[in-house]
Amino acid sequence: MITLYDYELSGNCYKLRLLMSFLGIDHNTVPVDFYPGREHKSEWFLKLNPLGQLPVIDDDGLILRDAQAILVYLASKYDPPGTWYPRNNPALLGEISQWLAFADGITGTASAARLHDALFYDFDIDAARAGAHRLFRILDEHLWFGEQEGRQWICSAPQPTIADIACFPYIMLSEEGGISRQDYPAIRRWCDRVKRIKGFIVMSGVFPAGPARAAA
Amino acid sequence: MTKCTDSVVLNLWHPVGAIAEAIPGAVQETVLLEERLSFAVGGDGEPIVWRSRPDLRRADQVPAADRLPAKSAYGYVWTSLGSPPAELFPIPEYAEPDRRRLNAATFGVNVSAPRAIENFLDMGHFPYVHTDILGAEPHTEVKEYDVEISVDRDEILATRCRFFQPMASTASDGGADVDYVYRVPHPYCSVLYKSSPVDESRRDVIAIFLQPVDQEHVRAHMLLCVLDENSEDKVIKRFQQTIFGQDKPILENQVPKRLPLDPRAETPIRADKSAIAYRRWLSQKGVTYGVIPAAA
Repeated sequence: MITLYDYELSGNCYKLRLLMSFLGIDHNTVPVDFYPGREHKSEWFLKLNPLGQLPVIDDDGLILRDAQAILVYLASKYDPPGTWYPRNNPALLGEISQWLAFADGITGTASAARLHDALFYDFDIDAARAGAHRLFRILDEHLWFGEQEGRQWICSAPQPTIADIACFPYIMLSEEGGISRQDYPAIRRWCDRVKRIKGFIVMSGVFPAGPARAAA
Repeated sequence: MTKCTDSVVLNLWHPVGAIAEAIPGAVQETVLLEERLSFAVGGDGEPIVWRSRPDLRRADQVPAADRLPAKSAYGYVWTSLGSPPAELFPIPEYAEPDRRRLNAATFGVNVSAPRAIENFLDMGHFPYVHTDILGAEPHTEVKEYDVEISVDRDEILATRCRFFQPMASTASDGGADVDYVYRVPHPYCSVLYKSSPVDESRRDVIAIFLQPVDQEHVRAHMLLCVLDENSEDKVIKRFQQTIFGQDKPILENQVPKRLPLDPRAETPIRADKSAIAYRRWLSQKGVTYGVIPAAA
């Protein structure tokens, strides 16, 4: 059984809860008091992850850190058809990796802005917001041109991949860092598509899509 | 933005930080009513608060004349920029020895303090915002309840509130009709009492203390004072943070951010009885900070 070391308000932890829900994987949760307790910097947690960051999983003794790395692992191991991480498609794997790295950039900007505003982290808020807007503009254009070509998701696949999951949470939570999505219509449409994937679950701060269209 | 000139608000006690999270002697910086403040909690638990100044780096350097009024209460440091009353509002349950007393969290929220209080008082949003925790469809009705403005105690009291809750607290084992009592004993603070799942003769206490950073930003401090012998602290905190995290985007999308006090500004429904009393009470007190006062 997988154990997820989890903080409810963490978008990075939510990525894993989301994929496990899409794949129907059961797991145990160990709550970590990230805030205000800073338990991710405690001695016991640093033994699991010397970087002192969430999330971490323990899958029958295999301990992994980093949300993107864990998405790759879970999709490779627990998705036999390989739709979320198509192991036999080198071009697509390259694309996915490219957008997983982009998701880390979103964490470094949009998530940082949210931590500044909500949890009082001492970050350069203007730089964080400007950085997030730069990335959102790039993603919005990418999604917009994709829509013109009939592509619904971030990567060139007919179905969502872990790249969509990796980019989704901190975009959805961006307003908590003072980053409006008003100017990114293609991002907003894509967020609604993600919310309509069968098995979608919410986290605090993320609401389900309206019932206007049934899940695909 | 002009700093606060509202004498009612200046003369209140305001929370600035949780004592449990303060390292003894360490100076913390915060903002209250657009003023930069520094505070430290001594080894004896007594707080010292002052207006931030580059030459004052430790609490013991602060001359008595430069110290602001300071008080430790309900697990938080409280201060005032004016002449506060001798006592803060009472929460007698806080002294009961078998209760768990925790700061669930202090969160920054991009909203005025009165908007946040009003959301705290509202039961109508439970099934939609706190789905499957504090409410669930089809149990959406806010049943008739009573509201009074107590002249003696100068506070608002909403009683006989009942709501069906699938998971009222960490100690719940299923859905139940839960009784609520709300108090608003301070323009920016509210105390909620709800049926305890473990002792039907007592109630859990959850309070929200809002620190107005400016008219449209707060630090929300959440006190839990609950009956639960089994759950770890972090599990109890996580429950409350989950709830608050759901409210946060709703609060931050309120327009306008300040609370309009003109009775015609927004259209209330029957379920908003406590909010109507709250707005009237703020008007009667002459509060102008964080609100849009009614036209004279």
